[in-house]
Amino acid sequence: MTRDKETQGSDNTGWRCHDGGAIGLRIANASLAFAGTPLFENLSADIAGGQWTCILGPSGVGKSTLLRMIAGLGENGPVAGITASDGAALDQRIAWMGQQDLLLPWLSVSQNVALGNKLRGEPADGARIASLLADVGLSERPAALPATLSGGQRQRAALARTLMEDRPVVLMDEPFSAVDAITRARLQELAARLLRGRTVLLVTHDPLEALRLGHRIHVMAGRPAHLGTAMEPPGETPRDPTDPALRALHLALLAQLGAAADDPSNGGAP
Amino acid sequence: MKFLRPLIVFAGLLAVWQAVVSVFGVAPFILPAPLDVLTTAIARADVLAGHAKITILEIFLGLLFGTAFGTVSALTMAYFRTARAWLLPVLVISQAIPVFALAPILVLWFGYGLAPKVVMATLIIYFPVTAAFYDGLRRTETGWLDLAQSMGASKWAMLRHIRLPAAMPAFASGLRVAAAVAPIGAVVGEWVGSSAGLGYYMLLMNGRVQTDAMFAALFVLAIAATAIYFTIDALLRHALSWQPETDPARTF
Repeated sequence: MTRDKETQGSDNTGWRCHDGGAIGLRIANASLAFAGTPLFENLSADIAGGQWTCILGPSGVGKSTLLRMIAGLGENGPVAGITASDGAALDQRIAWMGQQDLLLPWLSVSQNVALGNKLRGEPADGARIASLLADVGLSERPAALPATLSGGQRQRAALARTLMEDRPVVLMDEPFSAVDAITRARLQELAARLLRGRTVLLVTHDPLEALRLGHRIHVMAGRPAHLGTAMEPPGETPRDPTDPALRALHLALLAQLGAAADDPSNGGAP
Repeated sequence: MKFLRPLIVFAGLLAVWQAVVSVFGVAPFILPAPLDVLTTAIARADVLAGHAKITILEIFLGLLFGTAFGTVSALTMAYFRTARAWLLPVLVISQAIPVFALAPILVLWFGYGLAPKVVMATLIIYFPVTAAFYDGLRRTETGWLDLAQSMGASKWAMLRHIRLPAAMPAFASGLRVAAAVAPIGAVVGEWVGSSAGLGYYMLLMNGRVQTDAMFAALFVLAIAATAIYFTIDALLRHALSWQPETDPARTF
């Protein structure tokens, strides 16, 4: 792909900074094939700075793969076609939170939170670890091993670890899918509060989660997959899921997902 | 009960042994009574202790060298593709040749002292340690590696902080097997040619038809081997206490 300074300069809508330091992301004509089958082709999207963008789609559509590609994970390493709004390299500016909590079982909670520092050989700020653990409600158990925590506590420790990295862009891959509904709702509120002001890209298969947290929601569907136009639900996040206005949007999203499933380009799904 | 059970099993075996001797009237040079073995063991405690020291030293050194070589080989194989391609067949061949067949050659090369026994124990330990550790290094949870990569970890940091600790349970399995088989290497070496050690003493007593002394040496060997195994097992359990254990026999 080519980077055209002219067009980038004239474009001033979504992906530019919304506030101060937040950076937006632009995905331009990203393509990826898996074992000869194209997963997505010429996929483009603007991720607004300082906001939550949710990508909603059925399992197996390539949401996680897209997220990993942006994070520069896997054998391919960083992929061209993804640029930051300030023009600087994305290296070391993205934090990634996976589907599992990925806590290392041999490290304590606080050691897990400081994993990034340890891996980079940097000293970890003990006071910062303590304050982050307090933020996620784990200040009582800094020395606990992950195996002794509940699923919700593990996810909160993972959230603290993500925050410890202090990156402007946070990529989240269904981080709340493995916990029960009540825990999930609390984690969503916690994440919305603690990640405010950062650029967040959240991948999920739950329309309600997207509606609670997303400033912009894209439906990803088809094979090769494409991104639908953004839905922008009104109001501050985290939104109240019982709000009737949200229920109408929920139905609209379900209809979009349903249409995507019926789409003949979606690999012939019924 | 947990600690009593081995003792009950041991006492039961002794009872069966005594019964066989009493009922069938087996000649003492074929099968001595347990009490005779005990008396001999006490009477020759000094001699037995001297030989046991040698054998335990051989086992210990074999474990040390076997683990060291195994660790280095596994790391080399995991990180260098060329080394893997060349080392893997060597590893398999090293196990295809029985250590019993190698023993005379090793004695020929290294003499009658400690060296050939240590080499043999090393050889026998090398394979389980290498295979288990190499497997462990390759089966790191990919999510952990992704996370480390996203955090900007160097290859070395990933090895040091993710792959190595993650491979420890597999490494421990290899080390447990090694601890169990190490005495074989040492004793085979002593049988083929030596002037000290429990294996040598057993062979000597066998030649003199002092079966009770032979059994006494066998017992000391069994106790030493068991003690080594359980010491290593306890140390590994302590070091890897973070690893949760599940009991397959549990019903849900």
